[in-house]
Amino acid sequence: MSTDALADQVAAPAPEGGAGARSVWRALRREPAALAGLVVVLLLVLVALAAPLLTALEGQDYTSYHDGLLDSARGGVPAGDLGGISAHHWLGVEPKTGRDLFARVVYGARVSLAVALSATILQLLIGLTIGLAAGLGGRIADAVLSRVTDLVLAFPALIFSIALLGIVPQSFPRPVLLVLVLALFGWAGTARIARGQALTLRTRDYVAAARLAGGRGARLARREILPGLAAPVITYAALMVPGNIVAEAGLSFLGVGINPPTPSWGQMLSSATTWFGGDPMYVAIPGVLLFATVLSFTLFGDGLRNALDPRSTSLSKRAE
Amino acid sequence: MTDQLSPEPSGATTRLPAPRSGDPAAAPIVAVDGLTVTFPGGTRAVDGVSFELAPGASLGIVGESGSGKSATALALLGLHHGTGARLTGRVEVAGTVVDDSDPQRLRRLRGATAAMVFQDPMSALDPYFSVGSQIAEVYRLHTGASRREAWTRAVEVLDHVGIPHAARRASEPPHQFSGGQRQRALIAMALALRPKVLIADEPTTALDVTVQAQILDLLHGLRAETGMALLLVTHDLGVIAGTVDEVLVMQRGRIVERGGVRRVLSAPEHDYTRALLSAVPRVDAPRRRALVDGARGGAGARSEATVDGVRGGGTVDGVRGEGTVDGVDRGEPLVRLVDVRQDFPVGRGLLPGRHRTVAAVDGVSLDVRRGEVLGVVGESGSGKTTLARMMVRLLRPTGGRVEFDGTEIGALPERRLAPYRRDLQMVFQDPISALNPRRSVGESIADPLRTAGVRDDARIRATVREWLGRVGLDPDRYDAYPHEFSGGQRQRIGIARALVRSPRLVVCDEPVSALDVSTQAQIIDLLAQLRTELDLTVVFVAHDLAVVRQVSDRVAVMHGGKLVELADADTVYTDPQHDYTRSLLAAVPVLDPDLAARRRAERVAVAG
Amino acid sequence: MAAYLIRRVLGALVVLLVLSAAVYVIFYALPGNPAQLVCGPKTCQADQLHRIETELGLDQPIYLQYWHFLVGIFAGRTFSGGPEAIHCAAPCLGYSYQTGEPVTSLLLDRLPVSASLVVGGFVIWVLVGVGLGVVSALRRGRALDRVVTTATLAGNSVPVFLVGLLLLLVFCVYLRALPFPGYQPLTGNPALWAQNLILPWVSLSVVSAAVYTRLTRTSMLETLAEDHIRTFRAYGLSESRVIRRHALRGALTPLITIGTIDLATSLTGATLTESLFGLPGLGQLLVTSVRNIDLPVVVGVTILAGAVIVVANMVADILYSVADRRVALA
Repeated sequence: MSTDALADQVAAPAPEGGAGARSVWRALRREPAALAGLVVVLLLVLVALAAPLLTALEGQDYTSYHDGLLDSARGGVPAGDLGGISAHHWLGVEPKTGRDLFARVVYGARVSLAVALSATILQLLIGLTIGLAAGLGGRIADAVLSRVTDLVLAFPALIFSIALLGIVPQSFPRPVLLVLVLALFGWAGTARIARGQALTLRTRDYVAAARLAGGRGARLARREILPGLAAPVITYAALMVPGNIVAEAGLSFLGVGINPPTPSWGQMLSSATTWFGGDPMYVAIPGVLLFATVLSFTLFGDGLRNALDPRSTSLSKRAE
Repeated sequence: MTDQLSPEPSGATTRLPAPRSGDPAAAPIVAVDGLTVTFPGGTRAVDGVSFELAPGASLGIVGESGSGKSATALALLGLHHGTGARLTGRVEVAGTVVDDSDPQRLRRLRGATAAMVFQDPMSALDPYFSVGSQIAEVYRLHTGASRREAWTRAVEVLDHVGIPHAARRASEPPHQFSGGQRQRALIAMALALRPKVLIADEPTTALDVTVQAQILDLLHGLRAETGMALLLVTHDLGVIAGTVDEVLVMQRGRIVERGGVRRVLSAPEHDYTRALLSAVPRVDAPRRRALVDGARGGAGARSEATVDGVRGGGTVDGVRGEGTVDGVDRGEPLVRLVDVRQDFPVGRGLLPGRHRTVAAVDGVSLDVRRGEVLGVVGESGSGKTTLARMMVRLLRPTGGRVEFDGTEIGALPERRLAPYRRDLQMVFQDPISALNPRRSVGESIADPLRTAGVRDDARIRATVREWLGRVGLDPDRYDAYPHEFSGGQRQRIGIARALVRSPRLVVCDEPVSALDVSTQAQIIDLLAQLRTELDLTVVFVAHDLAVVRQVSDRVAVMHGGKLVELADADTVYTDPQHDYTRSLLAAVPVLDPDLAARRRAERVAVAG
Repeated sequence: MAAYLIRRVLGALVVLLVLSAAVYVIFYALPGNPAQLVCGPKTCQADQLHRIETELGLDQPIYLQYWHFLVGIFAGRTFSGGPEAIHCAAPCLGYSYQTGEPVTSLLLDRLPVSASLVVGGFVIWVLVGVGLGVVSALRRGRALDRVVTTATLAGNSVPVFLVGLLLLLVFCVYLRALPFPGYQPLTGNPALWAQNLILPWVSLSVVSAAVYTRLTRTSMLETLAEDHIRTFRAYGLSESRVIRRHALRGALTPLITIGTIDLATSLTGATLTESLFGLPGLGQLLVTSVRNIDLPVVVGVTILAGAVIVVANMVADILYSVADRRVALA
């Protein structure tokens, strides 16, 4: 049993753990794409946080109409090149309304990130609770909770979200509603991972050893099982964020997400569909921003997975 | 015999002595000259290995993990594809140079001239195709036979290797074959093309001892019948003794000794071979005195600091050991199992609570006497591990009683077990899974102390440090993580954790089966020494009958969830009463080639 | 097998029952008066409202309403609150508040559009995804693999409506190579049907193709590392034969489940693509009904979507067990 061909072939396997934040950071540093993603993500967060400051700096806000900047002869597209970019309007203005585009995308980033991040946190909380209860609870708890998880996973979530968002009265605060709806249908993946990992970890001999050492209950779960859960769950969460950003944009695009006048990238892209012949910048600016945001989060999440689990096959696994 | 025995680890090709069954005059079927295999990162797995194998001869390559024996075997068929390994030197099989220059030629060689059997039969066949069709596929590829002919051949060879109802079984997928049957099927695949040499890489390592004996007997019979040469790679000197005529001993990529198997096993010349041999536990020898006595001289030097404050004074100093260490009668047994059983649910019933069950342990009664070492042997599925886990109450028996020190603890709920936890400890099989990879080893060892309520960090640290030293590790490595240790070292950590609160019963579940043989011996010695020092009662569970004999006062034999035999160790091994025990003992590989041959003859006679 | 099927179908029915009950109760119990909605934007008289309520059974307790709804699906039902009784044949999902059409026929009208879109897209994303994934795995670490894996990251990150907008901008506005898509039935002119659907197919499949590339690549690499691949190499099979016969099968089998379920989800869930390209499919129907708070249609689409997915799950399990004989149906 001591020998196998693998042991002869492969040098020491990657350490399974003993890792802390420091070693993750060290591994992450070797992933240039992930680092680039992280930088963009941090920049975006900064922009979103500083939105009022930035628009004040520009001297604009996201609600004021500027009819004078529009070319009424061409149906209300912004006058001037590139959608009316100027020193006063850094990214030009919207067609038809003339609202400042920079202010709108910056506040749009706020909405996008706030909704996506809150939804992710809520999804994690629900998913972890249900997954752990299924994985560590008794046989009956597991049977019931796993059924529910499967049901939610196999749910026409998009259809349901659209229906729900459309029917709930408009008086309900939309961002909160979006977060709730996204969380309601988005926790099942985390739950499944948490359950699977908990089921695996609880059969490990070191958990048995901890029981023999007198440990039990919540303390045992916290010391022996939760740390092993962190890596897969964090990785999964990092990749949930871009998913939530896309979902929010999609729902707003369909008109059931964020309500005007609050700006949202998806909603801007939706109104851009009627203007893209005359004002391509109106598509390009929120479009590029959305793409860059999602890509950065994905790159970071993917790199994080590499760093936390060197053996996983990831999207951008480097050559050996 | 000195002419072919070069003590130099490498160097010029030394011709092997004439194999009895081979033809020394003919050109060698395998000729390896100065083979070096280097893996990315610079690890040199094989370092200047040279040997030859005559047609019809048999050669064993023995070594521990990391010796390069498997890498050598793979190189014979050019199978280092995709690993990034660099090979230098010359490998010739049946007159064909094995290199990348002509892939077509290499493929013709593979299977047809030299066939290979791998270690893990469970995964070596494609799960999506029937066993017969996989054999037929390989056969057609090399012979150009028709589908019908190839299928007929597949059934024929499956029948030949002893698969019952081969015609029907051939159309079944691999997962319907048992482990032993799958290995037979792989051997059938090898046999189908009548190769000149069979390369078997640890062919029986994943199998139970009785199945191992059957597979080795099969290989032996086929060789006698077909005259093919055999190259057997294994870590097990016992497997070598009964199966091959010549042997190479490898260590860290080099050949350290070579010669006839009889001579190497009886009069080894290299220190490493000697060490390897002395580490192998003998099933045919009574308990080694050294193990019984342990380091008794060191017992006086034992420290009280470890137990002090945890157990409280008083009971520490040998109060429990009122009898003799040899485990003769000491009054009441420490543990008494009365008709314990463990039924596991299988399948999914339509209604909860209406599961079909299978009994992993099916009504076992036995006593563990104070101060003794009780060995428990059995093959996979015998229920030995389940029994072990019930003894320390990691598992709750579904029936029967577990009495510890006169108290029934079998049915106690987890929270009421707390008072017994310090007395019931376990050493686990898998040194990787037994330690939490995310906690330092010091913290793992300190765990029992902390849950016992010791709050003084300085004292905990001192105790753990002392225990690290006691199990032969550097006390300064308190803050190191498990992955920084080797398998044997991790097992030492596991032992320290089990013993840190001075338990009264330690159940060792296959504590050495994941380790190399030389490490095995060290761990067993350590256990023996600590056992004497601490006056422990030990239950030693293992599949390896030789290991169990070396350490046990009494031995229990389990089979199919039942206890089939329980007696003094020497009695069980010299005068087994139960048929199963007898067949188990007859299957154990022995280091004496003559005895191995006699055993084989007996087995064949019984089977035939 | 028969016992398995019976158990699965029963299980699926239970799931559908729970699902439909949830959908029905959530939507009909929400604040707002459905009768008011039926009446339209003009204010109705109290007696008018009352007549509508009795006609639609909205004055009954919700569980009774649901019961009638359920009976309607299996046996048809009759709305008879007013002067004339209207019989709605099974499967009856009620009538649109907006247009008065039976929901069932609305769904049946839209189904071919969604099917045209989704089946075409499915073919593209499976072919592209599996193809790129296999090639990328076989060229692991080489330039092509890097290009493909980078592209999948980008493809993974671009929202479907963004792809569509980009395609429209390039092909319809700048190049004018394609007409702005509108739906043409397959039964009319197949060439026109395909021409109109090219852009929707492509935009629908970009993200999925990226996901499938990545799944296939991972699965292929795992399979190539398995022991039995080494066995066949050791028995002289050529690398291409090892891959074709022994690696692909193992690598692609897990995709069966994912593929079946994705196909089913998209059938009702290609909402964004349909809305962007103005294709009158089920997704678009849902969005317009949601805007108009056309409850019977919303409930109808949602229940259909659930039913399709429940059935797809069952089909996926059966297909998988056929492909992989180790998986027993139990």
